[in-house]
Amino acid sequence: MNKEEALQAYLIRLGDNALILGQRLGEWCGHAHQLESDIALTNVALDNVGQSRNLLTEAGRIEDKGRTEDDFAFFRKEQEFRNNLLVEQENGNFAQTITRQYLFDVFQFHLYKALTESKDEFLAGFAEKSLKEVTYHRKLSGDWMVRLGDGTDESHAKMQEALDIMWPFTGELFEMTEIDEVLIAEGIVPSLKDIEEKWRPEVEAVIDEATLAIPDTMGYMARGSRDGHHTEYLGYILAEMQALPRSMPDAKW
Amino acid sequence: MTEKPENDQGQLWEVFIQAKPGIAHKHAGSVHAHDAEMALASARDVYTRRREGTSIWVVPSNMIAATTEQDADSFFDPADDKAYRHPTFYTVPEGVKYL
Repeated sequence: MNKEEALQAYLIRLGDNALILGQRLGEWCGHAHQLESDIALTNVALDNVGQSRNLLTEAGRIEDKGRTEDDFAFFRKEQEFRNNLLVEQENGNFAQTITRQYLFDVFQFHLYKALTESKDEFLAGFAEKSLKEVTYHRKLSGDWMVRLGDGTDESHAKMQEALDIMWPFTGELFEMTEIDEVLIAEGIVPSLKDIEEKWRPEVEAVIDEATLAIPDTMGYMARGSRDGHHTEYLGYILAEMQALPRSMPDAKW
Repeated sequence: MTEKPENDQGQLWEVFIQAKPGIAHKHAGSVHAHDAEMALASARDVYTRRREGTSIWVVPSNMIAATTEQDADSFFDPADDKAYRHPTFYTVPEGVKYL
């Protein structure tokens, strides 16, 4: 695997995470428990969709086969998506959405922060710009983690249930492949081990402050996205997201 | 932990946005939140999505004292016939903004 192939695959990985999370959050539009949260969640959704547009466009440019952001988003199959399993998990209730968001926001924050020092000009610039958005996302979801976890008996119970559901999907956020090896050697991306070392203490402190407990998964962590294996949810997401462009290719509105 | 009533959206906060540095904060609307920090976050999300602001104030709505309609006669009518209070007899120097 050469540098260009690895970089293109890495951009797809980042772009798919942002795209699928954005699509998931967009499902909240008009459904959140209060107007303020409805707008907050869809703002985060739009930030992520915007990031994915930049990332997938750049992936197409490097690939140099004429594929656009839309080709990547709407005309790839489930097995071709490289988003982490965490971001495709169901919205569930507000507690589940916030917990998924928080666990991912802290990961995305430290990853983008490290990417600001990338030797790849696009990635460094992209990370610099997106870090401002992610800094806000992390604060928003972290605030809710503590307020709901350390809130009422009911909100605490729902948050603990949410953490039990989402936690097993955090392991593969840090899984590295040949793609990482090639790009780390070139100084283009950080080691995900370093990101995990920043992620873990921060997440543990907030979970502790929220009076929640990390579930004992007995060593089990879900994995598969690096190989294109997904949970049953991604297919449904793609069905909804891709239906229009696939039934009416090149439609304009 | 305390019990909260069902569908509790938190208290009401009035939101004031400053559009540019140096000018006054202007009332933009209100948000629901359980504390000041979340009120600021909600105000940011609801009222500054299109670069409307450089600064936000939030104030608990119940902390605002307001005049009532019954007060209107004694509060405002006496100013009706005092045109000399208007600063229309001065020329404004060039370059003064937001006056």
